Amino acid sequence: MKLVLETKNINKHFYKPKDFHVLKDVTFGVEEGEFASIMGKSGSGKSTLLYILSTMDTDYTGELYLNNTLITGKHHQELSVIRNKNIGFVFQFHYLLSEFSVIENVMLPAKKLAEKSHSEIKHDAHEKLKMLHIEHLAEQRASRISGGEKQRVAIARALINNPTILMGDEPTGNLDSHNSENVFDIFKRLKEEVGLSLLVVTHDEDFAKRTDRIIEMEDGHILS
Amino acid sequence: MINWKVILSIAKTHLLTKMKSTVTAALGVTFGIGAYITLVSFMTGLNGLLDGLVLNRTPHIHLYNEIEPSKKQPIALFDDFENAFNVVHSIRPKQSQKKIHNALPILNYLKNDEAVKGAVPQVQAQIFYISGSIELGGNLIGIDVMEEVRLSNFQDYIVEGTPEALKNNDNGILLGAGLAKKMSLEPGDRVQISTIAGDIFPLTIMGIYQSGLAEVDNIQSYVNLKTTQRILGEAENYITDINIKLWNMDKAVPMAREMEQQFDIKATDIKEANAQFETGSSIRNMITYAVSITLLIVAGFGIYNILNMLIYEKMKDIAILKATGFSGRDVQFIFLSQAMLIGIVGGILGLLIGFGLSVLIDNAPFETEALPTIKTFPVNYNALYYVIGIIFALISTFIAGYLPANKAKKIDPVRIIRGT
Repeated sequence: MKLVLETKNINKHFYKPKDFHVLKDVTFGVEEGEFASIMGKSGSGKSTLLYILSTMDTDYTGELYLNNTLITGKHHQELSVIRNKNIGFVFQFHYLLSEFSVIENVMLPAKKLAEKSHSEIKHDAHEKLKMLHIEHLAEQRASRISGGEKQRVAIARALINNPTILMGDEPTGNLDSHNSENVFDIFKRLKEEVGLSLLVVTHDEDFAKRTDRIIEMEDGHILS
Repeated sequence: MINWKVILSIAKTHLLTKMKSTVTAALGVTFGIGAYITLVSFMTGLNGLLDGLVLNRTPHIHLYNEIEPSKKQPIALFDDFENAFNVVHSIRPKQSQKKIHNALPILNYLKNDEAVKGAVPQVQAQIFYISGSIELGGNLIGIDVMEEVRLSNFQDYIVEGTPEALKNNDNGILLGAGLAKKMSLEPGDRVQISTIAGDIFPLTIMGIYQSGLAEVDNIQSYVNLKTTQRILGEAENYITDINIKLWNMDKAVPMAREMEQQFDIKATDIKEANAQFETGSSIRNMITYAVSITLLIVAGFGIYNILNMLIYEKMKDIAILKATGFSGRDVQFIFLSQAMLIGIVGGILGLLIGFGLSVLIDNAPFETEALPTIKTFPVNYNALYYVIGIIFALISTFIAGYLPANKAKKIDPVRIIRGT
């Protein structure tokens, strides 16, 4: 199978408050259409790894490939374009822009990409919202909807540019079991229906068990 | 590649949802620019008025014959005493005529000079005003009325009557306001003039002249050039003074020296006559700019503060924008364009308020003895000040916005999202 995301010998140190070797020779890959989860105790470096994979953190050694292209060492400007186009990101907290409506929040990354016309983007955004069963919220202010709905809006936003891979940093960590289930189903459906690759950091063992592969981390190493 | 449409729409949303701070920031700029426009319009208007007061009344170059002792006494010409130490007591000015020699050819010559806007002849005469048994000493100045109107705004100082009326009446006189009051005379009345030689002439009062300077208005009156010549019993070429207006005032000094040489005559230039008047103007301008710049700096700090606060509030938004593919530069432009929008809106409002206040001042009553024709405060509506004002507004808001925007550019999204 083709690897969409691959790392080679990634090392990272935190220097404050004192030198701490947080990631040690991390080498792994995510295949196309794979739904992988990263598990590990607090401080095992799983979130740190995820932010390096997301290209937002560039302070590391080693090599990172996305679609077999070397990402490491590229300029910030290029990285933001890559992030915009190829990576969808869902956080533990929804992080919607509260002054904007739901549909505007979803449309924003596509407007930034500017590959499609305004009406096409709007159409796409409606499609994504429909797929996540929250189309009726489209014109609501992002600050006026419930937590579970916000997370679904965040997923729609992550999907708007049809990314290569969707990353999640404990996307269900702040949700009740019903909404967690909902989010898991959405991820599962994305993998099966769209063939999207997913990489999710989670504490939730039930969630992880149902993914294709669990990547377990401890003290900066990948165990399995 | 920068997607301005998206950036501006985000900036607009931020500004509109933070209406209160936006309005506060914009008002700071508005007051700064408004105050600048008002101040500068009023100050330069006033400067123009005061300069005009001096400049209109004072010719750029004044030619006349000065009575002075000869610089070279006759003994110096005598070879026998060449190496001796000569002492001459009680030097007196030499007998010379008051009239300018060859005045008419000089006038013709000056009128053809391209640097000269105009040259007007005057005849000054010492006379007495006789009203009943009262005799008042004074000056009578014969002028070319319409040329004076063209070159020195003469009509501004005629409080009653018109310059044309004087021009059309060879026996007319424009009486000084102080004289008219002393002798209780009004336009239409007659006044008798006595020359030093004792000849008496009746003249009709065509109007009242008020310069605002009491010592002038109490002794001075104007008549036609020919009238003075007739009163004095002199020919048409009898001219005591020539006043010259130049196109460019700065040339007055060298040209005055040149004329002294050329015509063998005394020439005073305007700088000699009013050395201090330029100093006043430049100091008033300095004050205007100092006050305006202070106001704008205060407004700039206001914008800086508000944007700084906004960036702290929007930390999460900035992180999420960066996570979804907006670059640091995009974020910087979002905040910078907010500052510029505040600057543009505040600046334009400031221009309007400044214009409104200027109009108000322009219509406020202002009456002064010195300027009989001025009824309201003077205001200078120069478009250049409005251009400077808006440029000021844009530059100051840009500087105020640049630092916070730069900070937003450098925010590390990972730190915000992970909450460390």
